[in-house]
Amino acid sequence: MKLIGLGDDKLAMTVLAVLAAVTFIIPICNLLLPADSALHFSAYTVSLLGKYLTFALLGLSLDLVWGYCGILALGHGAFFALGGYAMGMYLMRQIGTRGVYGDPLLPDFMVFLNWKELPWYWLGFDQFWFASLMVVLVPGVLAFVFGWLAFRSRVTGVYLSIITQALTYALLLAFFRNEMGFGGNNGLTDFKELLGFNIQSEAVRAVLLMLSGMALISAYLLCRWIVSTKLGRVVTAIRDQESRVRFLGYRVEMFKLWIFVFAAMLAGIAGALYVPQVGIINPSEFSPLNSLEIVIWVAMGGRGTLYGAIIGAVLVNYSKTVLTGLMPEIWLFSLGAVFVGVTILLPDGIVGLLRRRLKELQS
Amino acid sequence: MNAYAENVFGEFETRVRGIMIEASVVDIRHGPILYLEDVSVSFDGFKALNDLSLYIDAGELRCLIGPNGAGKTTLMDVITGKTRPDTGSVFFGQTIDLLKMDEPSIAQAGICRKFQKPSVFDALTVFENLELALKTDRRTWSTLFHRLNGEQRDRIDQIIETIGLGTCHQLRAGALSHGQKQWLEIGMLLMQEPKVMLVDEPIAGMTHQEIERTAELLLSLQGHHSIVVVEHDMEFVRSIASKVTVLHEGSVLTEGTMDEVQNDPRVIQVYLGG
Repeated sequence: MKLIGLGDDKLAMTVLAVLAAVTFIIPICNLLLPADSALHFSAYTVSLLGKYLTFALLGLSLDLVWGYCGILALGHGAFFALGGYAMGMYLMRQIGTRGVYGDPLLPDFMVFLNWKELPWYWLGFDQFWFASLMVVLVPGVLAFVFGWLAFRSRVTGVYLSIITQALTYALLLAFFRNEMGFGGNNGLTDFKELLGFNIQSEAVRAVLLMLSGMALISAYLLCRWIVSTKLGRVVTAIRDQESRVRFLGYRVEMFKLWIFVFAAMLAGIAGALYVPQVGIINPSEFSPLNSLEIVIWVAMGGRGTLYGAIIGAVLVNYSKTVLTGLMPEIWLFSLGAVFVGVTILLPDGIVGLLRRRLKELQS
Repeated sequence: MNAYAENVFGEFETRVRGIMIEASVVDIRHGPILYLEDVSVSFDGFKALNDLSLYIDAGELRCLIGPNGAGKTTLMDVITGKTRPDTGSVFFGQTIDLLKMDEPSIAQAGICRKFQKPSVFDALTVFENLELALKTDRRTWSTLFHRLNGEQRDRIDQIIETIGLGTCHQLRAGALSHGQKQWLEIGMLLMQEPKVMLVDEPIAGMTHQEIERTAELLLSLQGHHSIVVVEHDMEFVRSIASKVTVLHEGSVLTEGTMDEVQNDPRVIQVYLGG
């Protein structure tokens, strides 16, 4: 495990440059060039790229927790899903009378369930600012409460991993229930408008891709700044020798909590950007398998490097798209095989491989 | 005012201020800075400490010796908050009850510890290791925005010189030799400006020369800090300690100068199993 070194700087800059190109050039090409131009990207590609970037943001946030603080969180997808639900609730309320049942206030599934009034926790979600606040607040508060209890009682290692997994599984079961008021197993979908713009339109897709890219770039720079501060070094020290840090007078639980809550908020933002691009959010996002996949992205990209998480998330998801298109039944097997292969052959992930290449080129 | 007078005055002022702070925080008017009374700890029926009472004076350098399993490390665990005793009381000065505090608060109050196995942060550089130990605000937000000022930088450089790692500033601590790691950890203790230093086996893995320098360093710290050293190496103990405490089966067997202790028939019996 290494901190950012010189070779890393080059690789990180390359990743940033590619990100910037995807963020700004592709949406502009998509909007300005005619559809038959060679540089025109289809709406499908734009949405797909946008989705990858939100996954990259999610991977980045997990790398902060796992790669730098050593907390192997196996329930990180829960924060992503909660951010997604907060955005989904806003989008549901925007549907208004255009729903199947045409109820001005109640989303379709509530009418279907014969509910007469909007549950209190749906209030305020017609306001974009309120929903945006909830996108970071809800995951943040959950992470705070959960982390406070877990870190204070010094639950670490595999036990912590198991309870994070239990957390996301519990949420999965809860959100499946119709009585919860989040649309049961169908989740929230049929979105029409985002801030008054048609969510299906190509322009909105392009802007969403741009926003996802900008969110990812700013989050990356912010994370990089954090790990370069003294707090970053304390967190790295906690990863390597937790009890020693305690005897230096630092409250380990507070530092873990800080990082965990921050990462949960980033994951929430990723979820909020993901939902309008895929057009649906349902309880399967809480499934423990999703959270495990995030860990695989980070492990594959290269843990503890931040940009490695971005590479890993994009590559794994790209291969997922390709493979599930070709042979859906082998996807999980190949994911497993990749994970085993990376763990055995590339302990530092793809980044480790690139680093070695870079060194060879230099010498 | 000439430079000499300024120096003397400056030193006087810092001392007076130092004593005032000391007195307001840790009450050492009666001499001892650490009071352990009737402390017992048992693990699954095994009594690691058995009604142990021990007093460490302010500014004293005390050596703890005793055969394996005598309770030396457990004693340090109790003082630093890692292990809670079943009975007994542990006070820092006359007023601060250490049993009501956890590890970070005890460390912040000024009791710092070097571990038996050198515990430095391998992924960080020598400089960064010392930076983390530097006595500053330990809260998360202030740590996030913390910037070293010139004075603090100088202090770190000065400690790096003291512990003889002058050429290793930017070297990762993981790349240091065993002896150098021990020194780095002692340096980290000094960065914390502790009132009490608990030093567990400082010379394990050191060369003869390094051992001599460690002895010199510890002797030079005597008076500024209260130091408790646990060590097996009798020659080393003889070279630094004015007062030695012998532990046996979780209690104090005897206390005195090295000569007194070595000639005590009970000590000979414990060590030789006679």
